[in-house]
Amino acid sequence: MTFFLQIIITGLVVGAVYALVAFGFVLIYKSSDVINFAQGEFLLVGAYVALSLVVFYQVPFLAAVALTLTMCVLLGVVVERLVLRPFIGERVISVIMATLGLSLLMRGIIQMIWGTETRVYPAIFPDAPVRLGEVVVSQVYLWSLGVALVLLAVFTVFFKYSSTGIVMRAAADDQAAAQSMGISVKRIIAITWAIAAVVAAIGGVLLGNINGVNPSLAYIGLMVLPVVILGGLDSVPGAIVGGFTIGLLESLAGGYLDPLFGGGVKEVVPFVVLLVVLMVRPYGLFGKEIIERV
Amino acid sequence: MLPPSRGRLFSWGAVGLLVLNNVEVIYDHVILVLKGMSLVVPEGKIVALLGSNGAGKTTTLKAISGLLKSEKGQVTDGFIEFNGERISGLEPEIIVRKGIFQVMEGRRVFEHLSVEENLIAGAYTRRDRKNIRADIELVYGYFPRLRDLRHRTAGYLSGGEQQMLAIGRGLMARPRLMLLDEPSLGLAPLLVQEIFRIIKRINQEQGATILVVEQNANVALGIADYGYIMEGGKIVLEGEVDRLVDNEDVREFYLGLSDVGKRKSYRNVKHYKRRKRWLS
Repeated sequence: MTFFLQIIITGLVVGAVYALVAFGFVLIYKSSDVINFAQGEFLLVGAYVALSLVVFYQVPFLAAVALTLTMCVLLGVVVERLVLRPFIGERVISVIMATLGLSLLMRGIIQMIWGTETRVYPAIFPDAPVRLGEVVVSQVYLWSLGVALVLLAVFTVFFKYSSTGIVMRAAADDQAAAQSMGISVKRIIAITWAIAAVVAAIGGVLLGNINGVNPSLAYIGLMVLPVVILGGLDSVPGAIVGGFTIGLLESLAGGYLDPLFGGGVKEVVPFVVLLVVLMVRPYGLFGKEIIERV
Repeated sequence: MLPPSRGRLFSWGAVGLLVLNNVEVIYDHVILVLKGMSLVVPEGKIVALLGSNGAGKTTTLKAISGLLKSEKGQVTDGFIEFNGERISGLEPEIIVRKGIFQVMEGRRVFEHLSVEENLIAGAYTRRDRKNIRADIELVYGYFPRLRDLRHRTAGYLSGGEQQMLAIGRGLMARPRLMLLDEPSLGLAPLLVQEIFRIIKRINQEQGATILVVEQNANVALGIADYGYIMEGGKIVLEGEVDRLVDNEDVREFYLGLSDVGKRKSYRNVKHYKRRKRWLS
């Protein structure tokens, strides 16, 4: 039982990070129909920048995070302006190649600056593990889960009720109509990229605090695909539910199936889900129904 | 091409809130759609712009609202003035802020947003945030049905309700000039009557100037003060509505009536092209 609960908690934490990264991915897809393969690199940038600020420049952790997020806002806006804007109106395949190229470019630059070995954050969260019933959990897990949940809740409320959120959904629905009411679609897309970069960076900082940072963290950019296919490419709640589901499945597979098969199942399970979903329900759990009046 | 004649522009002595002077619009650098289009919309009036398919009516509206830009269209000659200020070539978001709002053809409500969220989105450019609540109520006053449907997803409304929402959403921006593109499209005749009555009320009670593009000439001329008729990218006939509806050609080709007020017999329809006097 204890083992099971441990696995569930690990799954939830990983799932929360998946949800954050997928959230950004879905936002970008909704607002501009762009599939962003560089989402994992945003996460990596966030993790490394915050780490450098804390380790080399001795910036207090919270200030370092604040600085990192500010930088990520800029990064998101600049990437959209320089890489994506010229592709407006181009074919989907061109845009996909552009974001793939962007992902490789960013990964290269990151490795040039920070190298490939794993770097660790100094202990920021208290060391003492917390006892939840019979399960012992280290505090960094709980903090990560908490931060991710709060963030997801804040963004959900933001999209549902704030006027900027409403306008962002409006622009995702019908860009020309949004333009006709004075909404600057360019500005909306810039905001989208900024938010996507920021949530990914937070995911990076959280993961970095748990496992340390190395370039392979960017594989989460790929893990986002099963998550969003499961949840529905254009559904924000789908990204959250999908993130937690894939996180849990992965963790359960790692805990129970890997010992039986001698490892590797954990990495495969999300993509099995991906294939099954594509066959059974290609628009995912919460994918947009095309509204047709009869 | 003839030079624009100031005389004709201001032939009925009105001061234009909106003036189009000899406007030429080209799509994609090659397709000439508007060929010297001139038109005046006086403040506080309803002006109807009529014409057949492909005459350039929608293009005219998009040239005014700036939406042309996202369709690779361009005003290449002439100018558009609003309130004495040139607006040709400006971005649509700037033009909306100056007080022009286009209600696009085919309703174009935000399907996945609720009715009320659609209205809030319409008020995006407003700075007086605190009056938005009151204006939502104002819209519900004109379209009581929308109040009952306020939390409904807009995509599931009927065509008529969506058109009401589209107009209400325009009202939320508090525009000085509203451009309506075929508000009757695909609606039942009774509903068309109702919507046009409300457009007239909005014009009278809110003081909004209205330029309405229509295929349904009857109902448009029914509420308009002034009418323009467009063919092949320019105005071929204009006049105050009373005089326009007396014009033989308008009666025949746009209102479907012959001289004596009877329904037109289609026996003579093959003479259509030849008999339009303004083409000669």
